[in-house]
Amino acid sequence: MMLLKILFRNAFHNKLRSFLTILGIAVAILAFGLLRTVISSFYAGVEAASTSRLVTRNAISIIFPLPISYTEKIRQVEGVRMVSYGNWFGGIYINEKNFFPNFCVEPRTYLALYPEFVLEEKQKKAFLADRKGAVAGQKLAAKYGWKIGDPITLKGTIYPGNWDFVLRAIYTGRDNTVDETQYFFHWTYFNEEIKKIWPRYAEQVGFYMIGVTRPDIAPDVALNIDKAFKSSLAETLTETEKAFNLGFIAMAEAIVTAIQMVSFVVIFIIMAVVANTMAMTTRERTGDYAIMKTLGFGATDITILIFGEALVVTLTGAAIGIVLTFPVAKAFGQQLSTYFPVFLVSAQTIYMDIAAAFLIAFFAAIIPTRHAIRIRIADGLRRIG
Amino acid sequence: MMTEQKKSIVEIKNIYKCYHRESLVVPVLHDITFDIAEGEFLALMGPSGSGKTTLLNLIAGIDKADEGKIHVGDVDITTLTETELAAWRANSVGFIFQFYNLIPVLKAIENVELPLHLTTLPRSKRHEHAAMALSMVGLDHRMDHYPGEMSGGEQQRVAIARAIVTDPTILVADEPTGDLDRVSAEEILSMMERLNHDMGKTIIMVTHDPRAAQRASVLRHLDKGYLNHDAAQNPL
Repeated sequence: MMLLKILFRNAFHNKLRSFLTILGIAVAILAFGLLRTVISSFYAGVEAASTSRLVTRNAISIIFPLPISYTEKIRQVEGVRMVSYGNWFGGIYINEKNFFPNFCVEPRTYLALYPEFVLEEKQKKAFLADRKGAVAGQKLAAKYGWKIGDPITLKGTIYPGNWDFVLRAIYTGRDNTVDETQYFFHWTYFNEEIKKIWPRYAEQVGFYMIGVTRPDIAPDVALNIDKAFKSSLAETLTETEKAFNLGFIAMAEAIVTAIQMVSFVVIFIIMAVVANTMAMTTRERTGDYAIMKTLGFGATDITILIFGEALVVTLTGAAIGIVLTFPVAKAFGQQLSTYFPVFLVSAQTIYMDIAAAFLIAFFAAIIPTRHAIRIRIADGLRRIG
Repeated sequence: MMTEQKKSIVEIKNIYKCYHRESLVVPVLHDITFDIAEGEFLALMGPSGSGKTTLLNLIAGIDKADEGKIHVGDVDITTLTETELAAWRANSVGFIFQFYNLIPVLKAIENVELPLHLTTLPRSKRHEHAAMALSMVGLDHRMDHYPGEMSGGEQQRVAIARAIVTDPTILVADEPTGDLDRVSAEEILSMMERLNHDMGKTIIMVTHDPRAAQRASVLRHLDKGYLNHDAAQNPL
């Protein structure tokens, strides 16, 4: 008990230094938590991917289309439960600043395949019945103040012209990992318009989304689909939704790696700062430790005092940093919802924060402890005065 | 008239001690041999660098001799390991230092209680003993004060309370009045005198101050690491 009393009082004895050290740790843990959340948000789509869904695209590249006529042939592959399809539209709202993910899809099968997009039944019916109808995620609708029935015009960046829609439904996510910033509309409407402007691009889709009967047969189904189109004009590449999403992240791998590096550099810097503070503190207390050794306290007691003090300071800073991470991440996510539609502080990030705090405390205390234990009592006592 | 021969509590035999400064070997103590009787108040005097503090540290078990034997009571402390020495110090030695060496984050009562945490005494007994020790040095009204809130004299009285709270075999004091004004120094010396006379405590004190040394019952002089073997009985 006495050792606990001493280490807690030591930790806050020099108030300014303790405050600044704790502040430094809190900011570092906050920065670390935000950077880890940025990395997690890159993988949010991967995490949310279903194990019973496959994606089929052109084997050469995602930018090359596939004929709509593949639908029936895919449906006939054993293990396929449902087939949907769509195109990346890439439209902008008013100007380039207002970018969000937008697709045209076959609506009935798409909504059946993606039950995580929750629509009110009345709105769903209205969307399905209106060829020019569109669905927006709740966050997206809130961002632009859209309400049901509002006319929305998107400017095509790949497919030229102004494309008019009527907002018929607003979806919410089944859970907080679902991206609520998407926008989708009828593929039929898209195809009809394309026939008018670029007839040779009509009757083509960018990707197929396939539901399989059981997750465990997904690899075989993928193989059989690709086999079915072997040596055709447009060969296919079928992969799990997770692998498909990972393929997109791979394009930004350098950025993700850079963020990861920066997050570890932040921790390394604060580790050095805290280690320096602990070294100063221990040096100042050399006399105290010497007198405790003189009175009969041993190396274990001194180790408890120094490690304990480092832990108290570091965990206090880490706790403040972790508590601050949630509101800051929320504000950050709102500001950058276009780039990070799902920006949630995961339990794993918190565990990493805590692990980082323990690591900082350990490395900060190890050398001062070794010094305090090894110094001769007589030399330690000489430091006083 | 026959004088009663008092039993020796400390026996020092042929002690040698050197310090190593890189490649240099600095001899500090040469063939020191003498006994300290139970209940003796010994003042070790000598110029700076004469080896007084080193000798005190060896007797108190906070440093080790290169050669020779030191018996305190029945224990040959030169054969003890570091861990055994720590336990022995906790039980047998009370320390009083020039700069008091109190733990700044602990109150007076907590500082006095500190050595008792190495005993098996329950919490209430520890508190009771510490309060009694503080009361003996006249500081029962300053129990809840931190060292920084007390004068030098008061801090040294707390240090004395801490030194006596475990009822040690010997008390060692290294320049106990070196950092005090005349009045406070006199108070501390009187207190040590009372501990020696009234409680029979064996005290070994290192001092530069002849006035402090006059309070001791025996004076010994060290010079350049050699002991002047003619111990002087203090006329007082």
